[in-house]
Amino acid sequence: MRAELAALVQRAQQLYDDLDLATVRAWKDAEPGRKAVGYLPIYVPRELIDAAGMLPVGLLGGGDRLEIIRGDAYFQSYICHLPRSTIELALSHRLDALDGMLFPSICDVIRNLSGMWALLFPDRYVRYVDVPQNYDPQVGGAYWRRELEQLRDDFGRMAGRPVTDDALRQSIETYNLNRRAIRDLYEARSRHPWLYPTSELYLFLRAGCLLPPQEHTQLLRAYLQQAARESDRREQDQSRVVLVGMFCEQPPLGLLLTLERAGCWVVDDDLLLGLRWLRGDVPLDGDPVDNLVQAFLSESVAAASRYEPEGERGRWLVESVRRNGAEGVIFCAPSFCDPALLEQPLLTAALDRAGIAHTQFKYSEDTGQFAVIREQAGTFSDSIRLWSEA
Amino acid sequence: MSTASAPKPDRAADVQKEESMRLQKQMIAGHYEDLERAPAEGRKVVYTFVPGNLTELLSSFDLLPNLPEINALQSGMRKLSGDYIQEAEKQGHSEDVCTYVKCDIGMLKKGNIGPTGRKLPPPDLLLLSYTGCFTFMKWFELLRHEYDCPVAMLHVPYQSDGRIHPHHVDYIVQQLRTEVIPKLEQVSGRRYDEARLQDSLALSARAEDDLVRVLESAKARPSPIDAYFGGVYYIGPMFSAFRGTREGVEYYRVLRAEIEERVRQRLGPITPDGPMAEERYRLVVEGPPNWTSFREFWKMFYDEGAVVVASSYTKVGGLYDRGFRHDPARPLESLAEYCLGCYTNLGLPSRVDLLEAYLRDYGADGFLINSVKSCNSFSVGQLLILRQLEERTGVPGGFIESDLVDPRYFSSGNIKNRIESYLQMLEQKRRAPAQP
Repeated sequence: MRAELAALVQRAQQLYDDLDLATVRAWKDAEPGRKAVGYLPIYVPRELIDAAGMLPVGLLGGGDRLEIIRGDAYFQSYICHLPRSTIELALSHRLDALDGMLFPSICDVIRNLSGMWALLFPDRYVRYVDVPQNYDPQVGGAYWRRELEQLRDDFGRMAGRPVTDDALRQSIETYNLNRRAIRDLYEARSRHPWLYPTSELYLFLRAGCLLPPQEHTQLLRAYLQQAARESDRREQDQSRVVLVGMFCEQPPLGLLLTLERAGCWVVDDDLLLGLRWLRGDVPLDGDPVDNLVQAFLSESVAAASRYEPEGERGRWLVESVRRNGAEGVIFCAPSFCDPALLEQPLLTAALDRAGIAHTQFKYSEDTGQFAVIREQAGTFSDSIRLWSEA
Repeated sequence: MSTASAPKPDRAADVQKEESMRLQKQMIAGHYEDLERAPAEGRKVVYTFVPGNLTELLSSFDLLPNLPEINALQSGMRKLSGDYIQEAEKQGHSEDVCTYVKCDIGMLKKGNIGPTGRKLPPPDLLLLSYTGCFTFMKWFELLRHEYDCPVAMLHVPYQSDGRIHPHHVDYIVQQLRTEVIPKLEQVSGRRYDEARLQDSLALSARAEDDLVRVLESAKARPSPIDAYFGGVYYIGPMFSAFRGTREGVEYYRVLRAEIEERVRQRLGPITPDGPMAEERYRLVVEGPPNWTSFREFWKMFYDEGAVVVASSYTKVGGLYDRGFRHDPARPLESLAEYCLGCYTNLGLPSRVDLLEAYLRDYGADGFLINSVKSCNSFSVGQLLILRQLEERTGVPGGFIESDLVDPRYFSSGNIKNRIESYLQMLEQKRRAPAQP
């Protein structure tokens, strides 16, 4: 690997390893009065936090790099791993740099975790972000506008200055650029997955959870440029797959590496979906809150946490397979993940109707043994390559 | 969420058959008969959920509700759920997810024969009241795939801060006007009749008054009711098809009279194993019951003289004991406030406050949490609820684990052992000399 790319990867890896939020503390220390607001997966309107001059900080649990000492005492064995590592991070003071926390509407676990937070940390700002499940602008839109206005007021109070329309437009533009860079990266990976292996791309996405958005966009653009010049990365005879189910509790990095070593190029996925929740740009003209509302109603990705009455999720998945020239789908969901596991029969039915091969397994963010997954993914990869040749 | 028929004792002669038990059995059986006959009689059927149910609105359109949660728990009580769950798992449903869902899907795959042995009709509409439970949303997405019928979605915002905000009420009312009512009109072929809805809501409020008097009778010593195991029978008509009906009003009038008579006579609760002779422990219980071993579970309490005087589970279909009543003067707003206030739609701080109040107001000796694997809406945070309640009240709590309708997750010996150990601890605490 050339030095330029190696330096970028090293930087992204350092950010990935920063469970203590040293990056956030450094950002806050750089200027007196700076504040940071944490958020769990998947969608929160980060533009409002940024427009208040605060740093949005994405929290994705402790992965396989955190020993759980206190967190397990708060959760029964049949609950997923993300909340226990999140509580562990907070009780071990690793999240002390955060001045507030947002808990997005994704499932009952994250919803109830917001209440646990309020009980455990009564002096800190906490809010459950209940997005609309009604997409009529006059109904769900009106509700969402009120919720966003409340958030805007809250952030203005926290920051000690009101969030102006101009500041919000500026932040919308900033995030439009950030999402464009992510879209470009996904398109580049789909074309040349060997140049942008997912185990590496993922590190650069994760950097967006800690860096200010402008800095993250620069990092993504630099990676796009540098990885493309990496001449020792050659096309290999691997199968092209879409990964589904990883939108909340994140897989350990070793799992992504294992899939690649098992012969799979990931050409689309739902990792870190919140960073690219809105599929298109949010308009800059007009009322910025209205624009955020409208973007949520009409530009949101098809996600398991959203109400999808007409089989949209299945169509989205089949379309993703076709658009990205994938040969199969790997359902790779965290154990006990209601949104991912409940919808799996619907998605597999859609794939079966379309004649698309699929396989499935589960993980936990701290899974450390990948031998079985490697064997299963390798067999799947071999079988779909055989089929596609037939 | 219960519309179980009245307790069936092993020794029928030992158990007093109250008029209310006979009435409820008749009402529930009649409802399943109505459902079975619905297609032949041209009546339309709406599947919906217990929390946030809109029974009065449905009946104002002459629509029949069918509640998959209740079918699942009834299947659990009748020992049918294990096979249904395995059928669903064979068809690709994960072992990790809600067993109500899998029981329902399994029942459907095996012919949709309801718990009373009668064929359940397919839905003409799925009324997805997304209140206090994420799984509801995916459940009806799955059912829509099976039935290919229209869905009316009602999103009820979560009360994370324990307050009902005016714009949340507005949001729900707007959804009722623009999404739910038009679809009910379409399915039923009738126009929305607000006067009819108001009449029904007035009946609801009358029955709700009586239900509250029944639940609050547990403040008496001895308590004339068991507010958990017995409580699921008392809430049955209210939480299902009979809110807002004359039958419902009559049922609660009769029930209240019976309970008030028991208070006058200083009698304890009636259980399937006979009347509770001595009230040794007064408990508050958080979490749903296990349905597959419901009687065995109840008997574990009965054998120890433990009476549940208040429970959170009996509030999943509405917190009437905290003052809410359906209000015919504000029909849609009142339905919205009802949905917002259901127990599982409340944030954890509100749930802890409520349980603390129950411990105090009902003079409880202790509290138990039955944590069910299937229900993250209830279960996530229960270990913190336990700590918080112990810290606030000084009363030690007990914690047991089971499931709703998956018999594989009811470990009888383990649960009995835990209950006995917990009650022994309460006994020791009671006998210990008071701290100076």
